[in-house]
Amino acid sequence: MLHLCKGNVAVVKAAVLAGCRAFYGYPITPASEITEAAALYLPQVGGTFLQAESEIAAINMVYGAAAAGQRVMTASSGPGISLMQEGISYCAGAELPCVIVDVARGGPGLGNLAPEQGDYFAMVKGGGHGNYRNFVLAPASAQEMADLTILAFTLADRYRNPAVVLADAFVGQMMEPVRLDPRETAAPEKSWAVRGTADTRRNLVNSFYLDPDQLEARVRRLDAKYRSAEMVEARSETYQAAGAEILLIGYGIVARVLRSAVEQLRTLGVRAGLFRPITLWPYPSAALRQAARGCHLVMVVELSTGQMVEDVRLTLNGTLPVEFYGRVGGNVPTTEEIVDQVVRCLAAATV
Amino acid sequence: MPDGRASHAKSPVFYEWYDRKPDMKHQTHYCPGCGHGVAHKLVAEAVTDLGIQDQTIFVSSVGCSVFGYYYFDLGNVQAAHGRGPAVATGLRRANPDSIVIAYQGDGDLAAIGMAEIIHAANRGEKIAVIFINNATYGMTGGQMAPTTPVGQVATTAPWGRRASTDGHPIHVAELLATLQAPVYIERVALNDNRNVMRARKAVRKALEIQTRQAGFALVEILSACPTTWKLTPPDAQAFIAEALVPVFPLRVFKDAETTAPGDDAVPVRPVAEALDIAAEPGWARKGRAGSPRTLGIKVAGFGGQGVLLLGQILAEAGLREGMEVSWLPSYGPEMRSGSAHCHVCLAHDCIGSPLVSHPDILIAMNNTSLRKFAASVPAAGTILYNGHTPPADFPACEAGIVCVPASEIADRIGAAKAANVVMLGALLAETGCLPEDTVTAVLDRAVKSPELVAMNRRALEAGRCVIASAPPR
Repeated sequence: MLHLCKGNVAVVKAAVLAGCRAFYGYPITPASEITEAAALYLPQVGGTFLQAESEIAAINMVYGAAAAGQRVMTASSGPGISLMQEGISYCAGAELPCVIVDVARGGPGLGNLAPEQGDYFAMVKGGGHGNYRNFVLAPASAQEMADLTILAFTLADRYRNPAVVLADAFVGQMMEPVRLDPRETAAPEKSWAVRGTADTRRNLVNSFYLDPDQLEARVRRLDAKYRSAEMVEARSETYQAAGAEILLIGYGIVARVLRSAVEQLRTLGVRAGLFRPITLWPYPSAALRQAARGCHLVMVVELSTGQMVEDVRLTLNGTLPVEFYGRVGGNVPTTEEIVDQVVRCLAAATV
Repeated sequence: MPDGRASHAKSPVFYEWYDRKPDMKHQTHYCPGCGHGVAHKLVAEAVTDLGIQDQTIFVSSVGCSVFGYYYFDLGNVQAAHGRGPAVATGLRRANPDSIVIAYQGDGDLAAIGMAEIIHAANRGEKIAVIFINNATYGMTGGQMAPTTPVGQVATTAPWGRRASTDGHPIHVAELLATLQAPVYIERVALNDNRNVMRARKAVRKALEIQTRQAGFALVEILSACPTTWKLTPPDAQAFIAEALVPVFPLRVFKDAETTAPGDDAVPVRPVAEALDIAAEPGWARKGRAGSPRTLGIKVAGFGGQGVLLLGQILAEAGLREGMEVSWLPSYGPEMRSGSAHCHVCLAHDCIGSPLVSHPDILIAMNNTSLRKFAASVPAAGTILYNGHTPPADFPACEAGIVCVPASEIADRIGAAKAANVVMLGALLAETGCLPEDTVTAVLDRAVKSPELVAMNRRALEAGRCVIASAPPR
């Protein structure tokens, strides 16, 4: 059944249902409701909530709880995520499953509190040091804040790797009907964890390999894991993409605006379609190539100066013209603004 | 014995052979005269004596002791530089029966990790911290540490530590002893047999406290680093006594084991109940084919006028009517008297953009909001304005303006805080966008006391009457 729920609150409810029993976080707008909801719900289900002294401490507490085999998460926004990057790299290096929610806001620096998608590079391309990847899931609704949080726990455990839910201030703050299945999922057994028990005494959680050959072997193994995830874990969605002449591409809140734009464009006689990546890593390249087949033009829209557009260009590899339209500073384009851009673009393309 | 075993009989808490260096499996990587070997031995002995090998997790930090996991046959977790106490917190809270040791050096604990140690201590985390203070950065080659005494030469203090530029050494034990939560803090040294015996007792006590889950314990151990001090091992022991002990006095700083803290744990409930997803029946989507497009509503006013709540009530009522709904707030650090607005969409089909840039209905609770958003309302739209008449200088706009002096009416009926509900009543009467009984049910649930339920109902009715009694337009 449906309940009206804020995206940020849906994250925590879904996490609890996914078996998450520990949350370590530090307040920051626009992610604070996640920390507050965790403070409310986790103790009531016998879990741990701790407001850490910093995001640095929070992610390292996550590292400790993940090392102990617990399903654990944290949440923050840009400035806090920057502080967590070292710890995320350690989690990836030590192969610790954990979930990090980034409710992105305006940047760089202190930026502002409004939605932006300027954290794409930081989350999708690594952000911390070394050769690693995060799973990155991009919800576009309150329902997906819940669903993709559950998926994040699944992927994190399946691949023993950090998984990021990359939202934005709008998706986090928005209230929408959310359906939650009250049946809990059980976290898988983790024989590698360090629990302070006889059977886990010989276990070691570590990312330190002084010997170059040993470290190379380790990094190659991680890389093989990432390659296998790329084969099967990419997710995306299309809307009216079949037979479209122009394909609009966006994720998160932007995809919602693009959906409305596609509808308006169709009433104007423009055959527009939408491609929405749900996973930003692995990037749904095969699905994008498929969706773009037959198009004359693609237009990428982001709340950035152009970050995801690089992955679109890599994917299409010069086969199609790729236009870009971005808004930053916390401004979200209106449907009419996108329609206007598309019409202008098509006019320019036919000249 | 021919295989050399007898020559290094040792605690079973140490591995029999060390894998750190394939050709020297009976040796640690520590330099001759280094205090880590002795400190490791004290930890291993205490774990053996207390019989807690299976329960114990050793958190090794960044510094020379990073390789602790090559030696200790314990659960092992390697932590980032300075973050040992945070990692230990996560481990210990995940498994309250485990015994967690954070083993840290002075750069790790007292420089980069100062925040983590202070807060772990202040929370009274049930962990034992073994703090090796050798007044230098050993692993990186003898740079100045936060505990380096004034005048002591380091590679990054070639003229010796200068108080004028580098300050004085930090006294960790004294600093942490000012906090209320820690139960045991002692400083010991490894420079002679008598002090080693005292250190042995201290380490044992710190771990024994963990077996009783009694609280945070820290043992600061003054320890030699002959290599970076550029001294022979015997001279290094003398240096501890002559140069370090006068700066870092050896004593117990806190031994305040109190009774266990009161049980203030939150009662645990079934998950669905705790999450509030089972108690109340949820609502189902009805979906109506061929139904009209999305109705976009913008509610705007001052913070404190209940603008965001009004939007939420509309969305909740829409949900109960089986509609697709979305509620999107404008928000900011401002609370009362800042401007606030929200976007509400009510639809019978999937909602694309939740942003309402051209609202079908604008509720302007103040003059500023009217001026800001009126022009965005299309000709077929409706503006509800909180006032008798639009401001005298207000320029004409495409949409019709319905004036509802909601604040004034709310004051008159003794419901000053319910101007938003008066406006809601007017909205329903004017547009019929949602059934009044559904909205009433949502309103009733939104407040706790019967007085407030009655007040809301009065306000809703008053708003409805404004429209009902208005002359036809």
